[in-house]
Amino acid sequence: MFYREAGQFKTSYAADQSIFPILQDRIGLGLIIATAFVLPVFGSDFFLQTLMIPFLIFALATMGLNVLTGYAGQLSLGTGAFMGVGAYSCYKLATIFPDVNIIVHVLLSGFFAAGVGILFGLPSLRIKGLYLAITTLAAQFFLEWAFIRVAWLYNYNESGAIEVPQRELLGVAITGPAASPMARYYVVLALVIFLTWITSNVIRGRIGRSWMMIRDMDIAAELMGIKPLNAKLSAFAMSSYLCGVAGALMVFMWLGAAEVESFNINQSFQILFMVIIGGMGSLIGCFLGAAFIYMLPIMMRALPDVLGIAMDASTTDHISRMLIGALIIFFLIVEPHGLARLWQITKEKLRNWPFPYS
Amino acid sequence: MELINSIFVEPFVLMADIPDLFLQTLWEGFVSGILYALIALGFVLIFKASGVFNFAQGIMVVFAALALVSLHTKFGVPAWLALLLAIALMGLLAVGIERVVLRPLVGQPDAILLMATIGLTLFLQGAGETIFGGEPQSMITTELGLPTGVTDWEPYDNFRVTFQHIDIAAVVIAVLMVAGLAVFFSKTRIGRALRAVADDHQAALSVGISLNQIWVIVWFAAGIVALVTGIMWGARSDVSFALEVIALKALAVLILGGFTSIPGAIVGGLIIGIGEKVFEVYWGSLFGGGVEAWFAYVLALIFLLFRPQGLFGEKIIERV
Repeated sequence: MFYREAGQFKTSYAADQSIFPILQDRIGLGLIIATAFVLPVFGSDFFLQTLMIPFLIFALATMGLNVLTGYAGQLSLGTGAFMGVGAYSCYKLATIFPDVNIIVHVLLSGFFAAGVGILFGLPSLRIKGLYLAITTLAAQFFLEWAFIRVAWLYNYNESGAIEVPQRELLGVAITGPAASPMARYYVVLALVIFLTWITSNVIRGRIGRSWMMIRDMDIAAELMGIKPLNAKLSAFAMSSYLCGVAGALMVFMWLGAAEVESFNINQSFQILFMVIIGGMGSLIGCFLGAAFIYMLPIMMRALPDVLGIAMDASTTDHISRMLIGALIIFFLIVEPHGLARLWQITKEKLRNWPFPYS
Repeated sequence: MELINSIFVEPFVLMADIPDLFLQTLWEGFVSGILYALIALGFVLIFKASGVFNFAQGIMVVFAALALVSLHTKFGVPAWLALLLAIALMGLLAVGIERVVLRPLVGQPDAILLMATIGLTLFLQGAGETIFGGEPQSMITTELGLPTGVTDWEPYDNFRVTFQHIDIAAVVIAVLMVAGLAVFFSKTRIGRALRAVADDHQAALSVGISLNQIWVIVWFAAGIVALVTGIMWGARSDVSFALEVIALKALAVLILGGFTSIPGAIVGGLIIGIGEKVFEVYWGSLFGGGVEAWFAYVLALIFLLFRPQGLFGEKIIERV
């Protein structure tokens, strides 16, 4: 009734091609962003620290993998390692150039991840599918090893972990132990919105279209003048950039200190699950998938208390793992396009409501 | 100059100087290579018959071994019965996977099926932890009648190579199992049907072979291979979920050997097993140690660039 595009006429090509052609979508998005910005006023620090900040960071990493797997069709199992490259290079930058603003470092560290991503993406020019998945596995294990063995990366720390130094933005501490969750939340939120905006436009543009052509049929794409070299490597670069920034944010804005375990193969799988459940080739799906996979174990942990069943923490952990595994298979069978598709169906339904047969 | 020396000269001098260390390294590598080959064998069986790249093979190894151990230690079932029950469990699992996962996903792209098996991995991991507990357990080696002693081979002074009996048993059992599978594939009715399916799905269907039935049999066979691997590997270390990460190395083995070749899986397993041990012992110090973690994958990566179909694989790889 209220969600309908009838009567909204476009008078210019720019308006016709705009990313949200429907007025209600624009209002909805504005509301969501506004809610995200006023959330800290109502939410506690605990809520921001354990739910919102990691959710946004994982959504960014999921977006990175989605660019590669969902849009360019190249399966990658090395997301965790690329996040690690971002985190470690951000740490090095922050300690070598302590005077430069930390936001600049976070954004720059993505470029190191992009470089590594291109390097390990090179085999994709000759092979694809399962074979490529294994080469990304090589990236995962090699980089994980490098994070432990190359002591220079963590400044020869005794513990082998990277610890975030305190940095300020406009006089407010945004990293380090003194930074309040609210300040960190705003930084993460602003960066994620900015990068989502960039990504959505890249995907709608010439480069994004070439990725989708490569995904749908590489030979046909090549015949139509797409260079697979450029398309695939740019997908690897963009994907690793986003993952790298997400990794840097994860350490600097959320964990505060990190070891190699934060970037191991399980992290890669977790991001992959977020992509699958959220929906491959969908940006809104990244947020839905990240929210779902990240929050499910947390809610599972709270569930026994609510139901009044005595169950120890490890059992609920195991059961939630089982549940996620089952859900992945379920989604692959029933709704391969993930939660994003369900969201679309809801919007379709809403468009016809309350007269579905009219 | 020093670098060249330490890469090309010193390791070989060391090998010639202390030959028993070299032989010991080779033997260790050989045994772990056999175990990699067994995991890869499970992959190959399933890939040949159904075109599914079974990421869950590693967790199946853990699951089978855990089931066996827990049945004996937690539920007090005698060892022989526990073995039979574990085999039955793998059969049940095969039927379940075929019904719930494979049948609805017929004809989907490879990547979707791969991701489904990753989901399966997570499910089995959670199920295994819930039912059998997540802590590492030691394998019931003596109860199953497996040897545990040690033999030293010492032909003359200052030359000693140690053989664990369990390692020798692992090699013998692996050889027997591969021989058994070879006979099964070439001599029996079901084996011929399996090969027909591996060759051409459509043609196999048209001569009256039931694909679903074949899939169950193949997953069951892979489950038994997983159980044997789990017993052997569990006897050398512990039965724990850490095994799963080691099992990922079988993927590198597959790249070397080719996805569809059983001899390839064995040769690839041996190359990786021996290669990583020798590389770790003689060249590892150049990189600061711990190279075992990635040697297999980087070798596979290099291999992919020059011979993507593997040593014995079919040449129909999709080039881009």
